[in-house]
Amino acid sequence: MKLQDRRAWLNGVVEYVSEAGSVEELFRSVYRHYTIDYPKFFKMDNLCKLAFLSAEILLQGTTLLEKYPGEQVAIILENASSSLEYDQKHWESIRDRNKYFPSPSVFVYTIPNIMVAEIAIRHKVKGENAVFILEQFDPGFIYHYVSELFRNQQVSCCLTGWVESYGDHYQSFLFIIEQEDKIKRFKGLQEYVIFNTGNMGKLFKGKSI
Amino acid sequence: MIEDLILKLKKEIIDQLQVEGVAPEDVDPEAPLFGEGGLGFDSIDVLELVVLLDKNYGIKIQGPKEGPKIFYSIKTIAEYILDHQKK
Repeated sequence: MKLQDRRAWLNGVVEYVSEAGSVEELFRSVYRHYTIDYPKFFKMDNLCKLAFLSAEILLQGTTLLEKYPGEQVAIILENASSSLEYDQKHWESIRDRNKYFPSPSVFVYTIPNIMVAEIAIRHKVKGENAVFILEQFDPGFIYHYVSELFRNQQVSCCLTGWVESYGDHYQSFLFIIEQEDKIKRFKGLQEYVIFNTGNMGKLFKGKSI
Repeated sequence: MIEDLILKLKKEIIDQLQVEGVAPEDVDPEAPLFGEGGLGFDSIDVLELVVLLDKNYGIKIQGPKEGPKIFYSIKTIAEYILDHQKK
């Protein structure tokens, strides 16, 4: 699935176009469009909202993760800006010693891994999880890292991709890899697609395979 | 007086703790803030309430023991503020 340019794609098809004016309004409209009921969503920072919504759109109506014990599911994400937006927000609250009021609910989002935690809590995922900070989406890195997880038989399924948010810019590209018959394939597409660097790159750019 | 403070607190808490879809008039000031039937606050929200009392009312909560009593409901918070602002 992809969420960018006010559009939500699933399996290469635009499912929802928002008329929202701001990123905050957009995420709220996506939440309502997909009739999600999770009040904690409104307390998340934009990075977590984007990751959470992307996972919801990808998994809603499926029993994909129910096939596997939580320990057998991994979440591996990449992004470029880490949690910089909330790092700066936190800094603003502590920079003046005479107005020193750090907000706990801001501080908890000053680490990018929290977006993995929000997805893991929601979907009861307990396997390997990590967030890697890279300049841009790196399908080669994901391919090697996730392949290694499968090779070591640490997991049977992996939710992975790119979740980037800073200011008005946001972009997510999330998909699921399952290993069946020793061939790792994308799940979450209408048809299975072989999991490799080239296919990931094409899907990220919206090209057909 | 306490009614005015309760209304002010409701607005501040809804805003500060980003409670979505709840208007001040929807909040029962005597209802528990935590657990079922409340506003569903968690441990981070408690810390946020501690900061709110410090920032907006100049009241510092000194020990964790008194927390559950102070933050039981909006009304108990209002009573605590009135009691400690007089001193």
